[in-house]
Amino acid sequence: MIATLEEEQSLQHPNSRAVVASLESVSMNYGEVRALRNVNFTVHAGEVVALLGPNGAGKTTAVKLLLGLLQPNSGKARVFAGDPTHPQNRMRTGAMLQVGKVPETLRVREHIDLFSSYYPQPMSLEEVLAAAGLEKLRDRKFGDLSGGQRQRTLFALAICGNPDLLFLDEPTVGLDVEARRSLWEEIRRLVDRGKTVLLSTHYLEEADALADRIAVINQGEIIAEGTPAEIKAQTSGKRIRCITELSLASLLQIPGVTDVKQDREAVEIHAREAEPVVRALLARDHSLSALEVTSAGLEEAFLALTHDNNENANRQN
Amino acid sequence: MSTAAAVLTNTQSERSPSSNLTIYLKEAKYEFLKSLRLRVYTVSVISFPLMFYVLFGLVLNAKESISGTQVPTYMIATFGTFGVMGASLFGTASGLASDRGLGWLQVKRASPMPPFAYFVAKVLVSMGFSAIVVLLLMVLGISFGGVRMPITETVKLVATLVAGSIPFSAMGLALGYFTGPNSAPAAINLIYLPMSACSGLWMPYMFLPKFMQQIALALPPFHLSQLALGTVGAGFQQSTATHWEVLLAFTLICLGIARIGFQRDKGKLYG
Repeated sequence: MIATLEEEQSLQHPNSRAVVASLESVSMNYGEVRALRNVNFTVHAGEVVALLGPNGAGKTTAVKLLLGLLQPNSGKARVFAGDPTHPQNRMRTGAMLQVGKVPETLRVREHIDLFSSYYPQPMSLEEVLAAAGLEKLRDRKFGDLSGGQRQRTLFALAICGNPDLLFLDEPTVGLDVEARRSLWEEIRRLVDRGKTVLLSTHYLEEADALADRIAVINQGEIIAEGTPAEIKAQTSGKRIRCITELSLASLLQIPGVTDVKQDREAVEIHAREAEPVVRALLARDHSLSALEVTSAGLEEAFLALTHDNNENANRQN
Repeated sequence: MSTAAAVLTNTQSERSPSSNLTIYLKEAKYEFLKSLRLRVYTVSVISFPLMFYVLFGLVLNAKESISGTQVPTYMIATFGTFGVMGASLFGTASGLASDRGLGWLQVKRASPMPPFAYFVAKVLVSMGFSAIVVLLLMVLGISFGGVRMPITETVKLVATLVAGSIPFSAMGLALGYFTGPNSAPAAINLIYLPMSACSGLWMPYMFLPKFMQQIALALPPFHLSQLALGTVGAGFQQSTATHWEVLLAFTLICLGIARIGFQRDKGKLYG
């Protein structure tokens, strides 16, 4: 079983799979504000794609175009090779949007019951409650839920119709770490069932944790696209953190070190490769402690990417 | 089966007419539960007309009569109109304005919900609460005001008032499209209360100053109250047909305005 799955995955490069959602040369303006500029973007069957970008980058606009809640000024938004507003396509789509206020006097199970009725082949209430981790909260009124529980309820409404394609617009925004991780678990379980997911987020960790592919969006343009590893590779380097007696100046002398920063009691060293630098460090300082080596995270990659992009834009202006 | 094949073959069938009916019923059921549990709504919409009726119809003027009709009977028609108007305006406009302004309507629009179901549910629930208010007024009148009328007359009065919920629900939808979540209740009160006063719902029409009587002729609640009064033999000039025509025209105008709002929202980010 596992073997066949792996075989299938290796045989089917994402690009050879059916396109289930796409933006084709889409531009979108709100009056003077250009939300998206000539964006081309596709989501293939069975993929989890993260649309990653800072606030105001155009993520939500992209999601709303694909949901047919907005019409592009130019270009085309398609799902299942058709119009996103077509009821037939909406029945195969679920969406979790950012929402200011949800009717608070209805209970969790009542909200789910109503949304399930919109779909031709919904999941059972028990399945939905289990998938969203809401079993114990079924009779709770929405207004009495915590932030994380509310997001889980909205997640339940997105999945209750058993859709093939799921849009999650900033699903964990405003949640604490624990609530965020628990929602990630729910999303992962859903992905395991073969759903296609488009996730928008400004949390780099979230994109890294969930997505097969990341599209980095900034100022209405997609500036990078690839697997999380590929995106990270766009900025090279490792981050080494340790407590050492060596001075910052002497650390900078070690070959391969690109940058050194004091961070409270420790130093943070950026290097192209970790191993030679660590070897040198250990040789020079026998009292060195609290050594940590991490990849320059998505965060650095992301900052570098958006920073370059903004600088280019400024230069052009 | 590969995922791609699964996606391509998994073309779910269209909804059957019976499941469409289920959606409409569920939408109305949950809209009703939602409103019923909303104390602000039930308290203001149900208790105000009842309180006014008790005070003006049962405590103060119970022994009087207006154009040959006992005050407790007469005021079931007028405060009934007042109650129907409140239940319908608050039942549609404030919910719609808040759902629109705070993103909930967008979540619903992104789902395969038939858009009509949302509006139909709001109108049905407004009619339901209108019926509750009118029936409670009847119970009060019969129990404490000595109201006695034949069953056919009772049915006619209740049916007229409940049907009268439709024009005000239409007005509420129009209002809901052109007010925000915070401004909607204020806007409703600004229209609801003066309109009630000028239509002779608080003070009978014939006791209103001349200029207010003139204004009343242009106001929908006046026409509904006249239809309701007509069923208990206290109607006033004009034929019933004229009153119905005015209400119908008013309903169509309001639906037209609501439609403009609906279309306008379609192109906007927060719709």
